[in-house]
Amino acid sequence: MLEIKCPYCGKRSQNEFSYGGDASVKRPELGKEISDKDWDDFIYNRKNPRGKHSEFWHHIAGCRQWFKVLRSTATHEIFKTAKIDEEL
Amino acid sequence: MSQNFRLDKGGYINRNKKISFKFNGKKYFGYQGDTLASALLANGVHLIGRSFKYHRPRGFLGVSVEEPNGQVQLYSGATTEPNAVATTVELVEGLVAKSQNCFPSVSFDFGAINNLLHKFFPAGFYYKTFMWPKSFWYKIYEPIIRKAAGLGIAPLKPDPDRYEHKFEYCDILVVGSGPSGLASALAAAKNGASVILAEDKPRFGGSLLTDEVTIGNKKGKDWADETIMELKSMPNVIVKNRSQVFGYYDHNMMVMIERTKDHIENPDKFTPRQKLWYIRAKEVVVSTGSIERPLVFGNNDRPGIILASAAKEYMKVYGTLVGKKPIIFTNNDSGYDTAIIFKKNGIDPLVLDVRLKSESSVVKEAKDLGIKIRFSYGVVNAEGYKKVNSALIGKLNTEKTGYENLEKVSCDCICVSGNWTPTVHLSSQSGNKLKFNEKVNAFVPNQPKQNESTIGSANGSFTLKKSLEEGFDKGFNLSKKITGKDSKISTPTSNEKNYEQQDKFWCMPLPKNKSYKRCVDFQNDVYVTDIELAIREGFRSIEHVKRYTTLGMATDQGRTSNLNGLQLVSNIEKKIIPEVGHTTFRPPYTPVTIGAIVGREVGKHYRPTRKSPIHAWHEKNNAVFVDAGLWLRPRYYKQGNENLIEAAKREASNVRGNIGVCDVTSLGKIDIKGKDSAEFLNRVYTNAWMKLPVGKARYGVMLREDGIVFDDGTTTRISENHFHMTTTTAQAVNVLSHLEYYLQVVWPDLDVNVLSTTEQWAGAALAGPNSRNLLEKLFPNMDVSNESIPFMGFKEGDLSGVPARIFRISFSGELAYEINVESGYGMFMWEKIMEQGKEMNIEPYGTEALSTLRIEMGHVAGSEIDGRVIPSDLSLDGMLSKKKDFIGKRSLNRKAFIEPEREKIVGVVPLDKKTMIPEGSHLVADSNASLPNPKLGHISASCWSVEYNNPFSLAILINGKKRKGEKLYALSPLKNKVIPVEIVSSHYVDPKGERVRS
Ligand SMILES: [Zn+2]
Repeated sequence: MLEIKCPYCGKRSQNEFSYGGDASVKRPELGKEISDKDWDDFIYNRKNPRGKHSEFWHHIAGCRQWFKVLRSTATHEIFKTAKIDEEL
Repeated sequence: MSQNFRLDKGGYINRNKKISFKFNGKKYFGYQGDTLASALLANGVHLIGRSFKYHRPRGFLGVSVEEPNGQVQLYSGATTEPNAVATTVELVEGLVAKSQNCFPSVSFDFGAINNLLHKFFPAGFYYKTFMWPKSFWYKIYEPIIRKAAGLGIAPLKPDPDRYEHKFEYCDILVVGSGPSGLASALAAAKNGASVILAEDKPRFGGSLLTDEVTIGNKKGKDWADETIMELKSMPNVIVKNRSQVFGYYDHNMMVMIERTKDHIENPDKFTPRQKLWYIRAKEVVVSTGSIERPLVFGNNDRPGIILASAAKEYMKVYGTLVGKKPIIFTNNDSGYDTAIIFKKNGIDPLVLDVRLKSESSVVKEAKDLGIKIRFSYGVVNAEGYKKVNSALIGKLNTEKTGYENLEKVSCDCICVSGNWTPTVHLSSQSGNKLKFNEKVNAFVPNQPKQNESTIGSANGSFTLKKSLEEGFDKGFNLSKKITGKDSKISTPTSNEKNYEQQDKFWCMPLPKNKSYKRCVDFQNDVYVTDIELAIREGFRSIEHVKRYTTLGMATDQGRTSNLNGLQLVSNIEKKIIPEVGHTTFRPPYTPVTIGAIVGREVGKHYRPTRKSPIHAWHEKNNAVFVDAGLWLRPRYYKQGNENLIEAAKREASNVRGNIGVCDVTSLGKIDIKGKDSAEFLNRVYTNAWMKLPVGKARYGVMLREDGIVFDDGTTTRISENHFHMTTTTAQAVNVLSHLEYYLQVVWPDLDVNVLSTTEQWAGAALAGPNSRNLLEKLFPNMDVSNESIPFMGFKEGDLSGVPARIFRISFSGELAYEINVESGYGMFMWEKIMEQGKEMNIEPYGTEALSTLRIEMGHVAGSEIDGRVIPSDLSLDGMLSKKKDFIGKRSLNRKAFIEPEREKIVGVVPLDKKTMIPEGSHLVADSNASLPNPKLGHISASCWSVEYNNPFSLAILINGKKRKGEKLYALSPLKNKVIPVEIVSSHYVDPKGERVRS
């Protein structure tokens, strides 16, 4: 079980959190024209890197804040966590 | 029976407390402090079970968790425990154990015929023989093999014991209380670190319990006892015995099982049987010691053949003799210790040493005591079927490929010493890639991948001096890193025997024309010939050899067999061991009871139960409950002998014709506040929200970004910047996370806050033509006219002094109101409703009637919103705003979503107007078509329409909208039904929606 540092609450065990996907994906702006391909990339296509991966987590059984985590997909090492408006 | 093999004195058992127990139906005695194994051996019982595959007689090889053979079934009934390792079972009064894997008894076993048929049962036998025909595998072969090869028998009744979970944090977790573990725990604790010291055995001290050494000026055991006393007295230290750390997980999460009950004679009623500890440690010190390996020779798995270190521990700790005429067979100096202890207890051992000579002090001591030693000698074959009674011994030629002479000597046990294997399982689990250490001829940990340090003999440091140094150093340095403190205690001096290098020779050759079976993996019954065969058949990777032969795959995780197996492969392949590599160790290190993993989350405690504040009333009024997510909701209120359908019909009819009341507390409720709330809803829902007036509710549909319908519900504008959202019971939690995601991650500029208020409000739905009359009685000072509270209107009212919210919304399709009060007043509200509604013959209705009402109205719910439908599939096209963008909108023009023949929602009526259509039935055009019959759609929900008094169902059907009037068939192979049906509109009752507006 991972130990994740919530930027608001500090270190807690993984079972307090839920995973929220790739944090490098940005939702296209509302009401803006977008090609089928770009929309497909937003909805479906994800990289599957071995190594560093920035991702969203939700402190669902805690402060209920979404935040960012930089984690190694190979070793589970967590390099950094940050609030949504901070750089990882 | 008397304990003929018990020494007159010695050991750490309590000879004042005699304990009786039963093994295979026979009564025996032992002492407090014994294990089942030490007590059986004290009674001269060696035959403990039969081997897994060939049913060969087996006895104890080890003294602790390394034991591969001594698995027994404990007790009977609900508390029976299979595969208990007798060397780790502490003796308690009344213990009952029996042998496993034998029929009818351990001494006379039919399965032993497999042994005679060994030629036909080589490695990979199952894979080769039972391949064909395929259907035979699970019908015939597999059940028979299971019956023949199974280990113990699992209990058939629920486990009556109680298991607990515990979470703990510490600076340093030390696993193992041998000299290095004690030293590191002491050094770390003295330097201010919080320490947990875990020992899997009942007694602390590890090798200090059996080795004749001194630390400081004390005997090793006394130093261990005093160190434990000191650690126990420190507030920053937790000391635990009977506690096995069995798993090393990510981010230094360690899992430990503590045995808290089975060893106690009269435990308190609520004593948990075991405690599972989740320990998050900043640093982990692995000081798990090492395990002796057996030597391999003909019939080396006979009862009476035992590890020399185990024989030593039986004498030193339990005062138990494994035999009175021992042969010590060794390739290194440590075996001599066992010989010396036998001699000191008045028994003459014969030492066979495969080496040419050894001049170390321990060998000299043995010589001085007059112990007979033969160098260049070894055991060739053990004889005696159920217990070894003699050995064929031989003098090895110089190349050690054959024998110069052979002779037979009588004996009653053979103590084998094939050198030591560091216990690296936890280090390996932590991600540490092991390296081969030539000097100790075994794998040791390499670079740590987590905050893990392995010390002592687990790290290949086999002298006491080195173990203590590593312990004190590691304990101090790790604690300094954490606490920043600098108080160091000096390493005490120590005195020990000197053991020289071992011989790497470990597998005795076969004499000419002999084909003795030589066992490598005792628990999984793998022999030298099996590994030779696997390699001959082309298996090269050690992982493949392991799986083909099952070497090291048993519950003992190959503790006594892995290294020997690797050495064998390396010999045959002419590769050095590091090139052969090793297999991966995975948790758990020792088997763990399922009950301990589950803990208290069993039966109804498996998950929380949520009850509405009106629950007690429902119970009192014969409600039959149903699980709705975590909630318990009344399904129907039983009257007399009526069944579910009859009750649902009665309750639903009363709503259609009169008035009913339903507890809707479980609906998800989310409070939304902030000046951008309307804008936010406008983005989240598919329809328009900007112009919703204060005091009005609106129905909304939410999509996922991929266009699939996510949830639906009504949301009410309480004031300009304050909304009250409702969700389905099932999706309440997910909707809140979804809203939080968009507010925090995607549109943080919006000024909106969301909060779950599901628990804050109790809800009651009044439904039926009489509901306005009742509302008027409940709120006599309020104007309840259609003009004052129109359909989708909202008002705040005063329910006999309790503030209430009144929403005119309807799931039933009738004139209906939903009243919400603070949950604490839920029962008050409900009782008021029942009291005031009595003269109108109000009746409560449950979820079954609720479903009936919504189905015949064509209102969609979870069975239609199944994660596969888009709005138009549910005839919700009108809910999609063309003027604005919203979550998921861009996906709706995907090719598959604008396909004209998509499945759409329809109504379905059986032609005979009698037969209920089972939910999940498939709709097909031709009921006799050849299989697989092309599926046109499926029935999502069924009810008995109270409006038309015939069955009615909703279905999702290909090209459904164009099929109205078509005749199809509903097939339910599960219920064995073929029902001719007609397709109708999904809005079966009141298609224009006049009633809700009346
Ligand atoms: Zn938090």
